[in-house]
Amino acid sequence: MSHKWAASPYLVWMALFIVVPIILVGYWSLTVKTDAGTQFTTENFRQFFNPVHLKVLFRSLELALIATAVCFVLGYPLAYILARNNLRHKNTLIMLLVVPMWMNFLLRTYAWLTILEKNGVLNTILRWLSLPEINILYTKTAVVLGMVYNFLPFMVLPIYSVLSKIDPSIVEAAEDLGADWVTVFRKIIFPLSLPGVFSGIAMVFMPSVTTFVISKLLGGGHYSLIGNLIEDQFRLVDDWGFGSAISLVMMALILVSMALMSKFAGEDRGLGLW
Amino acid sequence: MFAIAVLVVLAVIFIIMRGEKKPALYVYNWGDYIDESVLDQFEEKYSVRVVYDMFSTNEDMYVKVTSGGSRYDVLFPSDYMIKRMIDEDLLHKINLENVPNEKYIDPMFKGLDHDPDNEYSVPYMWGTLGILYNRKMVADPVDSWDILWNEKYRKQILMIDSQRDAVGIALQKLGYSLNSTNLDELEAAKQELIKQKGLVLAYVIDEAKDKMVAEEAALAVVWSGDAVYAIRDNPDLAYAVPKDGSNLWFDGMVIPKTAQNKELAEAFINFMNEPEIALANTEHTGYSTPHLEARARLSPEQANDPAAYPDPEDIANAEVFVHIGEMLKEYDRIWTEVKAH
Repeated sequence: MSHKWAASPYLVWMALFIVVPIILVGYWSLTVKTDAGTQFTTENFRQFFNPVHLKVLFRSLELALIATAVCFVLGYPLAYILARNNLRHKNTLIMLLVVPMWMNFLLRTYAWLTILEKNGVLNTILRWLSLPEINILYTKTAVVLGMVYNFLPFMVLPIYSVLSKIDPSIVEAAEDLGADWVTVFRKIIFPLSLPGVFSGIAMVFMPSVTTFVISKLLGGGHYSLIGNLIEDQFRLVDDWGFGSAISLVMMALILVSMALMSKFAGEDRGLGLW
Repeated sequence: MFAIAVLVVLAVIFIIMRGEKKPALYVYNWGDYIDESVLDQFEEKYSVRVVYDMFSTNEDMYVKVTSGGSRYDVLFPSDYMIKRMIDEDLLHKINLENVPNEKYIDPMFKGLDHDPDNEYSVPYMWGTLGILYNRKMVADPVDSWDILWNEKYRKQILMIDSQRDAVGIALQKLGYSLNSTNLDELEAAKQELIKQKGLVLAYVIDEAKDKMVAEEAALAVVWSGDAVYAIRDNPDLAYAVPKDGSNLWFDGMVIPKTAQNKELAEAFINFMNEPEIALANTEHTGYSTPHLEARARLSPEQANDPAAYPDPEDIANAEVFVHIGEMLKEYDRIWTEVKAH
C-alpha cells in the first residue's frame, strides 16, 4: 500500500493516548509507594476482593444489566419499525433519535434532575392533572432511567442497520412457502439481526457498567458504582494503585464478556459495528 | 515523517499563540466562593489573565495539586489542609511586604494552630458547619446532629459529601472529637453513617443550597456561608449550629510550590484584601470575612446575622479540624465503605 504513511498520525495518537496510558495503569496497579521507594505488590488486586468492593461491582453489573435489558426491549421494536421500507418520514424519525445525542451528555443528565425533582417538571404536570406524584430521583430507578435514556440510541442504531440490510427476497421466499409473520420473524429476521443485537448489547452495557456521572447525579451519591469507586481513588483518596487495579479488572471483565459474545454470535458474523 | 512535521508545526503555532498572551495567574478556589467580577478587575488592573478553576473539597484540591501537571499560583485550602501542605513542604512562605493589606485582617484570625507564625497563609473566610433547615417542614428544635438521624425526616435530608465533614458529624453525634484517631470510635461513626443512609435523600455539596431554596429537602448539612446565601433567597430557611459540637473552620489563601509567578500571586492575595474587594466577596458569597474593614462596611443585616457571625458561646463546643496524618487512610476507608454500602 502506497498510502500507508497516512495512518502514521493515528499510530502516534494510539501510542500516546492508548498504549502508554494502559502501560501506566498496569504499572500503578502492581506497585505501591512506601517510604523505602516503589515496591511491586499484588495488594491492590487483593484489596479489590474485599466484600465492600465486590458489592459495588455487583451493583454495577446489576444496574447495567437491567439498563441493557430495558434498552433491548424498547430498542428492538423501534429499530424494527424504523427498518420497514414502507415507513413514511423515516429519516425524520431517525433524526429525532439522533438529535439528542448532539447535545452534551452531562447537560442531558442534568436536565433529568430538573424533570424528576420533588417540585420538578414531571410532578408539576402530575399535580396539575391531579395525579399522584412520582418521586424517583436519587433511587436506583433514576440511575437506570438515566442509563436507558443516554444509551438507547446505541441499541437502536446497530439493530436498525443490520435489519435494514436484510434482503427482502428472503422474507418473501419464506412467505411464499407459507410462513406466517411470527414464523418469519422467529426463523428469519431475528436470527439474521443477531449481530446487531450483540453489538447493541455491548454498546449499551459497557458505558452503563462503567458510568460514574449518572450514578452521581441521579443517584445522589447513594449508589456507588465501580466508576465512582475508580473516580474516588484518583480524585479524593489519592490511591492510584488501587484505582488502576480496579480499572484493569473492569477491562478484563469487559474483554471476557466481549469474547464470549462474539463466540456466541458466530465467528463469521463478528460483532456488527465492532 | 509527515506526522512529525505536523506535530512540529502545531507546536510552533501553539508556542507563538501563547507568547502573544498576557502573563497568567492560575487560581484554584472552592465553587461559589468569590464574586467573580473581582477577577475581571484584577485582570484589568494588572493587565494579566486569570485562569480560574474550582474544587469542591480540600481532598479534591490536594490530589489535583500534588499529582503533578497543575501549575496553580494561589489556592484556598482550609486550616487542616494548610497544615498538611506546610508539613509536606508544598507551600511557599508568603512575603507579607508584598501584601500590605494583610493589616486589615482581624488579629483573632492570625497565629492559629495551622499556621502559628502567619508565614504561609492569609485568612480568606471563616465559618461553621451546621444545619440549614426549612421552618415550614421541621417542627422539632434543630440544635443537635441527632435530628439528621430522625426517622421523621426520611428522604428529606441532604448530607454533605465530604469525608472529614461527614465522619466528623457522626463522631460528634456520638460525643467524640471530630479529630478522633481511635479506631473503635471511628468504627462506631461508620455504623452511624450507614444507619443514616436510608434517611438521606442525597449526598451533595454545592447543590445543597439551591435544593433547599427550591424546597426539595427539609434539612441540609452546609457551611455557614451557603446558609446565609440560601436564606437570602428563601426566608423560610434557617441555620443552626448544633450545640453538641460543630466544626469551626478557617480558609486561607496560600501559594503552592507549583506557582510560577509568586509575586503576581502575592499581588493577587493583596488585591483580595483591598477593602472593596473583600467586601464584594463576603457580600456575594455570604461567608464570614476576617477582614475588619470589610466587616465594618457590611450591611447591618449581614454583619449581625448570627448564621455568619455567631455569638462566641454558641460555638463554644465547636472544634477545628487538625491534620491527622496517616490516620487519614482510615477516614478514606470509612467514607468509601459508607458510600459503597
